[in-house]
Amino acid sequence: MSDSEQRARQSRRRFLIGLIKGASAAGIAGLGIGLYSTQARSLPATAIRPPGVNDEDEFLAACIRCGLCVRDCPYDTLKLAEVGEDVPLGTPWFEARKIPCEMCEDIPCVKACPTGALDPGLTDIDEADMGLAVLIDQENCIAFQGLRCEVCYNVCPVRGKAITLELRPNKRTGKHAFFIPTVHSEHCTGCGKCEHACVVEIATIKVLPRHLAMGEMGDYYRLGWEEKQKAGGSLVTPDLEHRYTLPEGQSYDYEGQGLIREQENQDATPFGNSALDTLNRGFK
Amino acid sequence: MAVVEKKKATPTADLGKEALRVKGFWRSYKWLILRRFSQIGILALFLIGPWFGIWIVKGNLASSLTLDVLPLTDPLVLLQTLAAGYLPETTAVLGAVIVLAFYLIIGGRAYCSWVCPINIVTDAAQWLRNKLNIKSQLKLSRANRYWFLGAVLAVSAALGIIAWEFVNPVSMVQRALIFGMGFAWAVIVMIFLLDAFISRRAWCGHLCPVGAFYSLLGKTSLIRVNAVALDRCDRCMECFAVCPEQKVITPVLKKTGRPTSIIKDINCTNCGRCIDICSTDVFRFDLRFNDLARSEVGPNAAESTKQSHQREVLS
Repeated sequence: MSDSEQRARQSRRRFLIGLIKGASAAGIAGLGIGLYSTQARSLPATAIRPPGVNDEDEFLAACIRCGLCVRDCPYDTLKLAEVGEDVPLGTPWFEARKIPCEMCEDIPCVKACPTGALDPGLTDIDEADMGLAVLIDQENCIAFQGLRCEVCYNVCPVRGKAITLELRPNKRTGKHAFFIPTVHSEHCTGCGKCEHACVVEIATIKVLPRHLAMGEMGDYYRLGWEEKQKAGGSLVTPDLEHRYTLPEGQSYDYEGQGLIREQENQDATPFGNSALDTLNRGFK
Repeated sequence: MAVVEKKKATPTADLGKEALRVKGFWRSYKWLILRRFSQIGILALFLIGPWFGIWIVKGNLASSLTLDVLPLTDPLVLLQTLAAGYLPETTAVLGAVIVLAFYLIIGGRAYCSWVCPINIVTDAAQWLRNKLNIKSQLKLSRANRYWFLGAVLAVSAALGIIAWEFVNPVSMVQRALIFGMGFAWAVIVMIFLLDAFISRRAWCGHLCPVGAFYSLLGKTSLIRVNAVALDRCDRCMECFAVCPEQKVITPVLKKTGRPTSIIKDINCTNCGRCIDICSTDVFRFDLRFNDLARSEVGPNAAESTKQSHQREVLS
């Protein structure tokens, strides 16, 4: 083998080894960062994202952690996750119990976002979906003790829609009513004002991420009365009259007279068909 | 060529003393002072808003809004969002284009030495290293950072998240200084210790993918360091010793047959330490076209090229 061939071989070898070294370094760093970031991306249930975050996964691809939303938040609600906090590093979030979202009509945080991580399509703050308030602890909510609190109901920016008061009889006293705050998921924006205002030591109403706060009925449950209304009439043609399995001579009228004993109504004459019956009655 | 006696290389602890004696304080620290002024000034601009309510710049170095008009976005962060499969709004894209254009002109890695706050940490580590004459050296390849840059983008693409921003010390420290420290000081300590005691210029010179990105960006940048007066060089090698990217400086120091007088290497950070520390004023900032090596014939080559350049400008 000539000298130049050998040199060429050596330099090729050096080149390849350099390549492997570099690629290994990249591999170690890449896998390390990948593993770390898959863990570090999880968001605790108490951390609420600003308005306009539709999907946490998409948000983590889009948010560049610049903090412009934080700067334009007039109530200092938003903050950027610091090193050591268990929220994805540098991303904006807030805690409802500390400072809730005041639901500014012009939504300055969304306007400030340069990347669209906060969806610029959100123009009506009532459409925001930061989470869902849940009256999570009925044992410590004083409304369930019969006290007239109603604070969460009164501070709600979507008052009367997102939270309503449902009346229930107070069986303990027998003459009072419970005023039970009830959250309606289609109107609640998750702003957290209720959680912030809750008067007891630790809030009994809390904003949770929707995926934690809500169940799902599933497609197989269809509510007949809603389907009927949607269709504008009965889905079974013709609408069959309900038949109850009752002893002969009796029928049942739903929403009407109740149980109908046909004998009593239909026997127009005091005399039955059977002579023996008549005789028996007469002798009593 | 003027005959200059070859000197012994200066011990690291005495770096810069000769320049200080010959040129005085300002001229031997000019670019260093200006750089610190720039680095701290940029952070100050971000901080006078939250501290004093004077809103000139909002946000941080990932993305900012100056005087409510000028958007600036870090092109590397934006590249990660693109890799993660998200198409950002125009404001961020426009901001990144402005930043790209800026660094294409002033030199990509000028970001590292004129903007990045980590640079202050690693320079301090290097200062301590020189003072204590620490020689410990964990061998790292300067190519690593380019591999890391590739890895960062690959992970962003694979996981659909801005992966590097979960660990990036550069943006972490900036954000910490502007928005709240948290435990970010630990990262600063880590980098300081790494650079001071484990390996020379380990972070900025070998590992940081942000620097690698800006290196690539500055491939054709207009402003570069020019060794205009090589005839005055006395081979004290202080420029080499002080340079954070030593390899970049060697081609221009060749006495004969040097390929170029301009430091064109993409890893040069345009920090200007070589200009400051040279007691005979060999270097200066220049445009990349003013390459003297091509017309270098005598001791006055520098002067004559300079004059011809001035003539060109005047005409």
